[in-house]
This record gives sequence, C-alpha cells and structure tokens, in this order.
Amino acid sequence: MTRRPALTVRQKQVAWAWGFLAVPVAFYVVIRFYPTAQAFVLAFLDWNLLGSRSWAGLGNFARLWADPTFWKVFRNTFVYLLIGTPVSLLLAFTVAFHLDRVRFMHGTIRALYFLPFMTSAVAMAWVWRWFYQPVPIGLFNNALASFGIPQLRFLNSTTNALPAILAPAIWAGLGFQIIIFMAGLRAIPKSFLEAARIDGLSGWATLTRITLPLMKPTIVFLVVFTSIGFLRIFDHVFNMTTADPGGPLNASKPLVLMIYQTAFSSYDMGYAAAQTVVLFVVLLAVSLAQLWLMRDRP
Amino acid sequence: MASWKMGLLAAAAATAIGATGARADVEIEYWQYFFEARVKAMDELIARFEAQNPGITVKQTHFPYADYRTKVAAAIPAGEGPDVVQLFYGWLNDYVAADLIQPLPADRFAPAAIEANYYPMVQAMKIDGAYWALPTAVRSLALFYNKRLLEAAGITAPAATLDELVAHAGKLAVVDGAGNVSTVGVTTGMTAQDHHWLREVLIRQFGGAPYSDDNRTVTYDSDAGRAALAWYTGLEKEHGVTRAGFMDEPQAAFRAGRAGYHIDGSFRLGALAGERGLDWGVTELPAGPDGSRSNYASYWVNAITSKAAGEEFEAAAKFMEFITSDEAMQLWLEVVGELPAKPAAAGTSAEDPVYGPFIRGLAYGHATVFADETAQRQVFVDMVNRVLLEGASVADSLAAAAVAEQAILDRYHAASK
Repeated sequence: MTRRPALTVRQKQVAWAWGFLAVPVAFYVVIRFYPTAQAFVLAFLDWNLLGSRSWAGLGNFARLWADPTFWKVFRNTFVYLLIGTPVSLLLAFTVAFHLDRVRFMHGTIRALYFLPFMTSAVAMAWVWRWFYQPVPIGLFNNALASFGIPQLRFLNSTTNALPAILAPAIWAGLGFQIIIFMAGLRAIPKSFLEAARIDGLSGWATLTRITLPLMKPTIVFLVVFTSIGFLRIFDHVFNMTTADPGGPLNASKPLVLMIYQTAFSSYDMGYAAAQTVVLFVVLLAVSLAQLWLMRDRP
Repeated sequence: MASWKMGLLAAAAATAIGATGARADVEIEYWQYFFEARVKAMDELIARFEAQNPGITVKQTHFPYADYRTKVAAAIPAGEGPDVVQLFYGWLNDYVAADLIQPLPADRFAPAAIEANYYPMVQAMKIDGAYWALPTAVRSLALFYNKRLLEAAGITAPAATLDELVAHAGKLAVVDGAGNVSTVGVTTGMTAQDHHWLREVLIRQFGGAPYSDDNRTVTYDSDAGRAALAWYTGLEKEHGVTRAGFMDEPQAAFRAGRAGYHIDGSFRLGALAGERGLDWGVTELPAGPDGSRSNYASYWVNAITSKAAGEEFEAAAKFMEFITSDEAMQLWLEVVGELPAKPAAAGTSAEDPVYGPFIRGLAYGHATVFADETAQRQVFVDMVNRVLLEGASVADSLAAAAVAEQAILDRYHAASK
C-alpha cells in the first residue's frame, strides 16, 4: 500500500486558488485573448467579411501610413487626449478640493456632480446635439440670437466641432473623478494638515507640499484611467454626428470611429485590424509612459 | 396468420405516416433586416403562402441592420442560415463572389419574362444570362412641397424646373434681419437623399454622366459636374434659400412645416401620411436646364442562398415566386409604401397623385452601381462641405472628390478580380 504524500497547507492553498481562478482565466482566454490574437493576424490579411482571406503582408500598414485621413484622425485622437485629460482633471480636482470643505448640502451637491456620470452617454450626446443646433431649435444659438449676437456654428464647423463634442464628454466624466479625488483627500491624515497649520504654512504651500504629493496614487490612477477613456472616445462623437460620423470633413473623428467605419460599413476587416493594432500600441505606450513618469522615486 | 396481417397493417400505417410526415417536413428560413413595416408585410405574405402551400413552413428571422451582413456572412457558409435572403441590390456582386447565393431556376424565372415585366434597372441582377435575385418593390425620389407655404407665397403650381425651384425657394425662405433662417425654401443635406440627387440627377441634367458605362470610372470631373455642383452649392452660397443641416435633418424640417420644398424617397410616404397638420403634395423632380429628367432608383432584392438544396430549394423557389407575384407587390405597397417592381403589377397608376410622381420617376431612373455606398456617399458629403465650410472652389473640390471616389472603385475592382 503506497500512500500519496499529503499536500502541504501551502500547496493546498495554491491548488484551491487555481481551482477558483481557472474559470475566469478560461473565460478571458476565450473571450478576450483569443480574439485579440486573431485581430493581430487579421491585420496582415485582406478580408471583406464575405469572401476568402488573402495574405497582405505589411500592405495594410503601408496603406495606413499613406492615408491622410488616418493622420488627421490620429491627430484628433491626441487632441481629445491632450485637452480632455488635463482640463477634466483640473476641473475635477478644483471641485473636489472645495466640495471637501463644504458642509451645507454636501451630499446633494455631490450627487448633482455625479448625476451626468450615471446618465447614458447616448441620451446625453443627443440632448447636447440639439443644444448645439442653429436657430430655431438650438438652445445655445437661440440664446445668442435673443441677445442679438450672431449665431455660432458648433457641430457644423471644421474648427468648433471637436471642442463642442469634447465639452459634454468632459462633463460626463467629471462626477467619477470628483468622487475619486474626494476619497483621496479624505485619506490624508488630519494630523499632517493640523501640523502644517500650527507651523504657519500658507494654504498654497499646504496644497503643493502636503496634499498633492500624498494624493499621488489617486492622481496616477485618474490620469491613466482618464487618458485611456479619451483615447477610446466613440459614443459621444458618433451620436452627435451620426449623419456624417466624425465630420464635418473628419474634423471630429477619433481613431475608434475610423476603425468602426472601416470594419462595419466598408467591411475592410484587415485594414480595420491594422488600425486596431496601432490603437493598441498607442494605448500601451501612453499608459506605460504615464506610469513611468509618475512612478515613486526612491 | 394474425401476426402476418398485423405486420402488413403496421407497414401500411408507417408508410402513410411517413408520407404525410415528409410532406409537412419542409421548413425554409427567410432573413431580412429589421424595419417594422417590412417585417409585418413579410409575416402577412408568409401566412398567405403557407395557406396556399400546405407542407411548407417559412420561418422569418430578422436582425438589426448593423448586424445583418455579418450574420449572413457567418451563417450561410456554416450551413446554418436562411434559404431565402434579402439583400441590397448593390451587394449582389459581393454575394455572388462569396458563393452565398445561387441563380434562380430558369423554369420559374425566365429571363425574357423578367425583362418584359420588370423595370429595366432590375436587369442589373442578371449575371451570365441568369437572374440571381429579384425585388418585390422599388423606390425612387420626388419633390415634396408644403401646400400652405406655397399658397402663402402666392405660388400656384409646384416647381417643374430647376430655375423655378430657385425662384420659388427665394419666395419661401424666411430670413430675419440678423440673417437667421427660420424657414428654408428648399431643404438641403448631403447626408440625406441629396447625394443621390446630385450624383444621378443633377450631373446628368447638366449634360454629364457620373460614371462610365462599365461603372468603373468616375466621369463627373467635367464641365457638367462643375455646373451641377455650382448650382447645388449656389442654393446656399449664392441664393441663400437654404442652410445645410437646418433643424438637424431635412425631413425633420419639412415635417415641422419649416421647409417649402424637400426631396425624398417613396419610403417617406408612410411617415408623412401620419404627420398631422402638415398639408403636403408631391411632384416629379424638377427638369434640368435642357428639359431633361432623371431620377435615382434603388431596391432591395431577395435571393435563394447556396445552402438551399433538394426539397428546400424547391420550396425556396416557390416562395421566391410568391413574394415576387402581383399579389405580394400589392400588399407590399399597402403595408410598406414601396412601389411594385413590375409597372403593371398593382393598383397604382402613373396618374396617382401620391404614387404617380415616383412611378413616372422610375421610367427614367438610374440605379447607381456602388462599390461601397457609405464611403462613396462620404465623398459627396465632403465635396459639398469643402465648398460650404472651407470656401474651396467648386472645381477643386469636385476634382478631389473624383480622385477619392476613383480610388474606392479601383480598390474594389482590384480585390474582386
């Protein structure tokens, strides 16, 4: 009679952990990683969804490099990122910093800021789309016209369309950022702030020397999270410009919308996959760069 | 002895059950994209077909438009999908090249009979001497007008020519002192039907042609093309009788009673019929400077997929025959509001006040052979935007559009070789 040696407690724990992890791991491999790998392969093929696939080599990437629309869209994507992230974080921090000191109706005000975050992006985009219309139906232009100010072209303009779409997108994300910032502010030990007050440190110095450095993990999280959000912006743009998606003249088109159109209205799946690979690389690079820049220096 | 008799009886019974079972067994599947009136019309057609053909059942499946092509492409090669499938006329070449559909049997669908009975544009469904798909209904464009606004402006008859349209629109447009428009003379919007109007109607009326006869070469970068684009953009830039994107969508402006004229398809009739307080009429698209007329016609077709074989193929062919019958076309007209694909099919005449202008338009209609309709539409949208928003010259913008669209055609034909 040979008996298997009993597992140690440590080995049992590992076995149990993997037992439970196996289900989500299998799920992720099938639902996420396998299609992702397929997309990388597809980027080197020509495929219109109906016919057979043929090898294209680097053809899709060469076409991307020579496509002026792609570069325009690439630029737009970074405009969304470079305006959207700092503006939204600055606004959110300012609001959170002051809201933290407000006692009067604190919960109500916080709820009001959080409300847009809970609203469907599609519904919000359509309401803003109507706000932006020319007279007689647009709220903003009707207001301007009633004061005798000439109308502004918001969405139907190659220069104003992108900021006009970015504004509600920033507003929509504000509530979430404020909540996270406030949690970060609350986590700073009161004794530090009291010590600073006793030592006679000015409000500004307290903010820059104590509050902000201690909030670094919160800030890193929000910068990365918000940046990824703006790099992937789609629903606001698509719903506010459905008739001419990303228009006019591609002025507001982000990369994700270009991928969507290439894949699901032109059925150029290989080319769309190549664009997806580029987006993946950009997201990875931006996220890693931010983590590296904001790492804890010893 | 008894067991021998019992055995015979059992065998006879089994044969009988087997025979009826086989007759009731044929089920075919029909797929279309979801559009409420179409699904309703098809449900009614299926009920009538099943009553006439006991033993055949038809199962209808529908998907949102956005998923339609993906689902069809995935299902048929796997032997799963429909036996009869609906597709846009412009997709035919793709479906044939991908082996998704098969030719209609010539005994039931004789090419000569089709050519005698259907509108001529349906001949685009013939490849190598056989028809691969047939429409139940067709659509064309016409000029809608708001009767009350026309009357208030002292206009007695709707515009019959492009010059009259400009003159009328000038009287109909309401612009305040600050230049804000509250009513447009004529709606414009490249993202609605205007790109078809410019492509197949205006360019031809100014003496040109949008594409070469084999549909592989863009030919509108010409004097005719420049004249057509200048005329179209002139409505806003020169005459100020319209604003692109006024009230978000042209049809919304017309339905709200804030537009005198509006160009739209026969598929809009259903929505307008239910619009209370709007007194509208419809007439043929205005004639060009030389009096010539043109129209853009389009249609959805049904085809038998490559999956259908044997009994299913026979049933599918019968079903195809039924949904292209005069009876089906009449029902489609009543429920969906789309025009019968055979001029003589249903109780509509070219004199009908509502359907008449569309039916007359079909006689001189052109169906664009698109390689990628969305991308080609975008070329036209951008062409007009460059002129209206960026101040580009008509000639430059047209030339750039021709280059961009030619690239789309070249890519498509290179891939489908």
